[in-house]
Amino acid sequence: MSLSPDEVRKVAELARLEISDAEVDTIARQLNAIVDYINQLQQVSTDGVEPLAHALDLHDVFREDLPGESLTEDEALANAPARKGNFYSVPAVFGD
Amino acid sequence: MMSYRTIIGLEVHVQLLTRTKLFCGCATTFGLPPNSATCAVCCGLPGTLPVMNRTAFQLALKAAVALNCTIATFTKWDRKNYYYPDLPKNYQISQYDLPFSSEGWLEIETPAGARKIGIIRAHLEEDAGKMLHDERAGKNDSLVDLNRTGTPLLEIVSHPDMETAEEAKAYLEELRLLLREIGVSDCEMQEGSLRCDANINLHVPQPDGSFVATPIIEVKNLNTFRGVERSLKYESERQAAELQRNLDAGVWHVDATRTSKFRDYRVSPITQRKSDGALGPVSKATAGWDERTGRTEIQRRKEEASDYCYFPEPDLVPVTVDADTLERVRAELGELPAAQKTRLQSQYGLPVYDAGVLSRQGRAFVAYFEAVVKQCGDAKEACNWTMNDLLSTLNDRKLDIKESSLSPENLGELISEIQATGLNKQRAREVYAVMLDGLTAKQAIDKLGFKVVADEGQLLELVRKAIAANPKAVADFKKGKVKAADAIKGFVMRETKGMAKTEMVQQLVMRELAKE
Amino acid sequence: MLDLTATELLQRQANGDSSAESITQTFLAQFRQHDSRIRAFLHVDEADAIEQAKAIDAKRKGGESLGKLAGIPVAVKDVLCTKGRRTTCGSKILQNFVPPYDAHVITKLKEADAILIGKTNCDEFAMGSSTENSAYQTTRNPWDLERTPGGSSGGSAASVAASQAPLALGTDTGGSIRQPASLCGIVGMKPSYGRVSRFGLIAYGSSLDQVGPFAQDVRDAALLLEVIAGHDPRDSTCVNTPVPPYTAMLDEPIKPLTIGVAKQFFGKGLDSEVEQAVRSALKVYEGQGAKIKDISLPHSPYAVAVYYLVATAEASSNLARYDGVHFGHRTEKFAGLIDMVKKSRGEGFGAEVKRRIMLGTYALSSGYIDAYYLKALKVRRLIRQDFDQAFAQCDVVMGPTSPTAAFKIGEKADDPLAMYLSDIYTISANLAGICGISIPCGFTKSGLPIGLQILGGPFAEEKLLRVARLHERETDWHKRRPAL
Ligand SMILES: [Mg+2]
Ligand SMILES: [Zn+2]
Repeated sequence: MSLSPDEVRKVAELARLEISDAEVDTIARQLNAIVDYINQLQQVSTDGVEPLAHALDLHDVFREDLPGESLTEDEALANAPARKGNFYSVPAVFGD
Repeated sequence: MMSYRTIIGLEVHVQLLTRTKLFCGCATTFGLPPNSATCAVCCGLPGTLPVMNRTAFQLALKAAVALNCTIATFTKWDRKNYYYPDLPKNYQISQYDLPFSSEGWLEIETPAGARKIGIIRAHLEEDAGKMLHDERAGKNDSLVDLNRTGTPLLEIVSHPDMETAEEAKAYLEELRLLLREIGVSDCEMQEGSLRCDANINLHVPQPDGSFVATPIIEVKNLNTFRGVERSLKYESERQAAELQRNLDAGVWHVDATRTSKFRDYRVSPITQRKSDGALGPVSKATAGWDERTGRTEIQRRKEEASDYCYFPEPDLVPVTVDADTLERVRAELGELPAAQKTRLQSQYGLPVYDAGVLSRQGRAFVAYFEAVVKQCGDAKEACNWTMNDLLSTLNDRKLDIKESSLSPENLGELISEIQATGLNKQRAREVYAVMLDGLTAKQAIDKLGFKVVADEGQLLELVRKAIAANPKAVADFKKGKVKAADAIKGFVMRETKGMAKTEMVQQLVMRELAKE
Repeated sequence: MLDLTATELLQRQANGDSSAESITQTFLAQFRQHDSRIRAFLHVDEADAIEQAKAIDAKRKGGESLGKLAGIPVAVKDVLCTKGRRTTCGSKILQNFVPPYDAHVITKLKEADAILIGKTNCDEFAMGSSTENSAYQTTRNPWDLERTPGGSSGGSAASVAASQAPLALGTDTGGSIRQPASLCGIVGMKPSYGRVSRFGLIAYGSSLDQVGPFAQDVRDAALLLEVIAGHDPRDSTCVNTPVPPYTAMLDEPIKPLTIGVAKQFFGKGLDSEVEQAVRSALKVYEGQGAKIKDISLPHSPYAVAVYYLVATAEASSNLARYDGVHFGHRTEKFAGLIDMVKKSRGEGFGAEVKRRIMLGTYALSSGYIDAYYLKALKVRRLIRQDFDQAFAQCDVVMGPTSPTAAFKIGEKADDPLAMYLSDIYTISANLAGICGISIPCGFTKSGLPIGLQILGGPFAEEKLLRVARLHERETDWHKRRPAL
């Protein structure tokens, strides 16, 4: 399996990354080298093996439904790149 | 106009009645000032981690059990990845391949009788924030409020088992009743604590016995019950017209090679020529419902399905549910509306309709009704008074049954009093109105100075006087017009200012008329 | 004073021979003198550090009880959130990010009366093995300024190696503490997954990330771990089991001790000088009565492949939040929302981060998730099972930390895969969730440090530290300092 430049563009779209046309080929080449290496996994027989998403055997961790501290509006919005009143301001969602 | 079957499935999101959000301690209160109920966790700030709210999981479990779902003994959470400004992490913590519950049902009432609507799954997930879009021309920004971000939601996905817009509405109402009754959600559509999207398409019968399926449309933004009904009615008619138009114009084609089985019949999809020239299935599309224009507006059809790159949420651990827990939840549920309705019919001999009206008002109302019956012993009268007079009083005054100033004991006493004295309905209603100030039936009757005339001699005299004064009614009665007797009775009632004992007047009028 | 360990510095303060202020001044002076060449730190607020030290001295004077790290400067990798202080992850996208809260480990340090001396450089979002991927600066190895200190916690490792701080915190997702510790000739430890809270650790690979200590010796590492380990209700994956007093039993050797040696850790690509040093370390243990047992970790050759699918898949999602909407860099010119997001991310992330986001997105995308991400999770289980079997036969597993000593800056910059392979021995511990430590065990002829990696089972930190300490007592590699 290897990624074509078009596939690289598609993945970049999915990951919301702007990639210039000049970068596409380099990235495709580098990703393909990595993917080639990763493909060695296909040699490993994993029939009947359950995926292991987490090394910990931990379950049923909860918090109680008790109020905690919230931030003030100013604290919450302190890192906002753009603010309008007490809202985060973003470019219009419609219009893309 | 072609005939067709409408196929509807609903995807409902309800907000769970927790004090705090699903993964942090921020309040879930509706209507707070923008961005005043957020913290580092629900803002998705770098380095923060979610911790599951125990109550949220328990409420979700309760709902799933009440919806007759199979509960998974092991469940985990997944990330649904997509970019949207109301989702600060750009992924939603939801459930994908191992939801905590699946395959349940909810019974609804249809004109053809009760029907079970299948439920595919119910799962727990976090809500997104709110976007405010400035629709004025020239405005190029949107505003984001993250107060709602991270609020616990239960997503309930039905099978496409509904066949009319009315059924969809009935399903939604039954669902709301159930979830309110068990304290899982307040299901306020206006406040967004119950939100509904509908998948709808048509199956159009063909001469060979198979059906043609129109492309599925997902109708969004259904935020009133009426909107659900209207939009689905509109959409089914629109799809029928669209199918006809596109088949006639040769834009759409029936793909008989891809026929599949649905229920007990075969269905063929519609194909369309794609940009590469090949015929391919017409993709699913979403539509927005515009309450003002009363139309669904089809939004862009997406050529390819969106890719959410689901994978197990590494920041949360799985949850297990054992048999004991399930047993406890089941025991705590109490009597659910459907079972209650059946019991009201069998135990009190109420008609289906009346039992439905009572149970739809909720448990507290039914308990009130049962207390009235206990007091007066007459279920039919208790039902009439509670579901007519009391209910309209409560609605007028915007009161909950628990806030009623009239106790069930007093209402029961009123019914007994009416039966004992023969007080007529009109007078009884006056007594009822006075009782709303907290008086007992006897006190109210005294206060109004009502005295029922039950003296046979006195009433007989009045009846005779009435017969003498109404020769035309008497003549009509003799011709067989039984209704004509009402005029005689009305005369007696007027003479006694409505206080004559009704049954006695009835008897006397009949007896005297027979003698004429 | 710069040669003293934290334990010794604590003693001096207790004896009244030194104050927190003078200790802090000394390390700050070292920072001022050398960091323009080493570039270990991203942000140092000297005045603030002195303030903290003065407060500790006042507390001592007032007879108040003091924490376990009273007056000890600690350098902190800049992926750990510090309230009101910039936290950048070595990335332009977080250039101006000021967290409104402290990471759990930062709170723990404050409670222990440590001095937070500064935030250290790292590969952007901890993605790298050389600290060359920082958007701000390249940290240099104090033993040879032409070489990298390793990574991604290269700034923390270099700061301790260059005596700019006696202790430092790093994070380890695939070896990012152990590998730089090895390359810088100090002790670095990755605790078992779940031992230390990740709250406030800006995520790279959530199921792999752990915070851990850097120190001059094993005792100091044990001390710092003792302070930061333990339950935190804000991290669901942090276990609620008591933290043993790691320093208390440190000098008690494990007896009998069986050391597993896996042939997979001595294969092709291992530098002969490194192998020699590791073999002599094993001899040291044998001299102390330990038994060496040949074991096999048959799936460990696949660890790098598994890691680059699992870590990048998680990263692609973890880093989705940097979109210029609620925090972080937003581009200046854009046409609409999607363009704004794409440009902000395109500008804000460096090449390696983009590469890993791309790889992870690809591994999770429909049509590929089974062949890549899920396949990797299955092999991950096999890797864990290999270790379970190994630890049923031996107390610890030993081998080299890194296949080579420190490599030259720029040497692997254009070959991502070669860079990835420098973590070949460390990665499997993260996948399996077990603990591991790197301790100095020798030097190359050209004078570069070599590290011995010791791996222990899940939550076997106490045993691991005691085994590490045994080697340290018999050797003095850890006492060597670079000539700056
Ligand atoms: Mg949903
Ligand atoms: Zn919050």
